[in-house]
Amino acid sequence: MQRQVALIKQSLFDQGYLDEQFVELEELQDDANPNFVEEVSTLYFKDSARLINSIDQALKRGSFDFNRLDSYMHQFKGSSTSIGASKVKTECTMFREYCRVGNAEG
Amino acid sequence: MAEVMRSETLNISNNTSSLASPELLHVLAVDDSIVDRKFIERLLRVSSCKVTVVDSATRALQYLGLDGDNNSVGFEDLKINLIMTDYSMPGMTGYELLKKIKESSAFKEIPVVIMSSENILPRIDRCLEEGAEDFLLKPVKLSDVKRLRDSLLKAEERVFKNIMHKRELEANDIYSQLKRTKI
Repeated sequence: MQRQVALIKQSLFDQGYLDEQFVELEELQDDANPNFVEEVSTLYFKDSARLINSIDQALKRGSFDFNRLDSYMHQFKGSSTSIGASKVKTECTMFREYCRVGNAEG
Repeated sequence: MAEVMRSETLNISNNTSSLASPELLHVLAVDDSIVDRKFIERLLRVSSCKVTVVDSATRALQYLGLDGDNNSVGFEDLKINLIMTDYSMPGMTGYELLKKIKESSAFKEIPVVIMSSENILPRIDRCLEEGAEDFLLKPVKLSDVKRLRDSLLKAEERVFKNIMHKRELEANDIYSQLKRTKI
């Protein structure tokens, strides 16, 4: 069971979903605080859900307020960077680039 | 006369250190991101610091008693050794917070460190010019925090040693005066 978890984790790193920042997080966990990674990850998922929802609402409105979208993306990118969610971070950067050039199709 | 000497030596141990408690730095961390707040709090705790975390510059000013409510009661006891703030925050930015702190007579000596996920040189320059102690690129690493802590502790040690040295000179002075009057 433990080996399977280790394999899954390794593949997340190999596929570029996670980067070395995640390792930094793991190193902050110890016997006195054994749930740190879980707690941070939970906060991240809650926060991401909130942001994605806000972005979704903004896109549905159809008026494409690029500044507001960019602001949401900046927050999303920030927390993804802190947790080591490398692919998410890359997608955010691309999204923001589209915002910058006003590309609504992208 | 021996009584006088004793009370002088007793005073040496008071107020020689602005540390919150022996060897424990008290850090005020400011960040609007809940993930980053959790992260920085853990980094600081792991580095043996006492931490207070707030979610906005406004709340930071409230905590310090600088929000214009004339709340001067109690901030004498508030010993903050370091303020770490995110740059980009809604409402008041970290830069504006830095300026307000440097303008206050009570807190301008406290080192302020700015954190940002964006490596923008003019921004970094502006913060350093305004008196920021350091500018850290996010994600902040444990090694960054340790480096900060060590340099702050060294600075505190220097201040402590200077005060001790001064007290020693004063004590020696009193002693020689006593000798001269042949008590």
